[in-house]
Amino acid sequence: MWAFGRASGFASMLLLSASVLLGILTRSGRPLVQLPRVSVSLLHRNVSLMAVVFLIFHVGALLLDSYAQLHVTDVFVPFLGSYRPFWQGLGTVALDLLAAVVVTGLLRHRIGQRTFKLVHWLSYAMWPVAIAHSVGNGTDGTSAPVVAAVVVVSVAVVAAVAWRLSAGFLETARLRQLHGQWRRP
Amino acid sequence: MSADSRREAAARLHIDWTRCDGRGLCAELLPEALSRDDWGFPLAAPGRLAVDADKSNVPLKHSELGAAADAVKLCPVLALRLARP
Ligand code: SF4
Repeated sequence: MWAFGRASGFASMLLLSASVLLGILTRSGRPLVQLPRVSVSLLHRNVSLMAVVFLIFHVGALLLDSYAQLHVTDVFVPFLGSYRPFWQGLGTVALDLLAAVVVTGLLRHRIGQRTFKLVHWLSYAMWPVAIAHSVGNGTDGTSAPVVAAVVVVSVAVVAAVAWRLSAGFLETARLRQLHGQWRRP
Repeated sequence: MSADSRREAAARLHIDWTRCDGRGLCAELLPEALSRDDWGFPLAAPGRLAVDADKSNVPLKHSELGAAADAVKLCPVLALRLARP
């Protein structure tokens, strides 16, 4: 259970990073080389849901593991854990944020665009917290392969966020700038 | 679509222009019904609409209803709605 809990946590961290990258790409309105926009959007959703599945494995396995000493309250309330409470608490914070993002994502048509979008922005807060939890709480969070993976995904996400904030982010950005406030049909 | 087939439209795809951000998913899913203008906004494909018709309600064929339902579901800003013809 212990090993499985760690491996699934690592997998979830990678999938969450991929999901953030795909989410930013979705927002740009661009296709991914040959992959149409619709597929990028669906891939973003499916990778996110896979991250959730691995997260359920991760938390479930460690709840069952006697060595981890994780309690049900730790899943909802941060910083009360017995093992590295601060870093474990970050995991709880990330989990609760992700739960909000996923539930509102699935209910988007029900709750409306504004609420969905406001909550979805929490992803940007959730991701660094999840990464910090991986490194700080993982038994081999500072081992070479984990650090290498964290460096790779961090560089990718930071670059994607920089791109997100740059002027040329939208597929139609150039034309829209050229013509000032663009004209809607 | 001719004037006749327009009357036979299976449904209409209503585009809410106050919301649409021109992200182009709908035009990918409905390549025969929609094209995109230079700004990325969806436009009824040539011949779909009468010259003076309402551009916010694009008539759809029966065979396009599935893809249109997907577009309504996937539009990133919830700008699409299916309306009766
Ligand atoms: S999918 Fe939605 S936002 Fe994108 S072009 Fe179509 S209506 Fe506009």
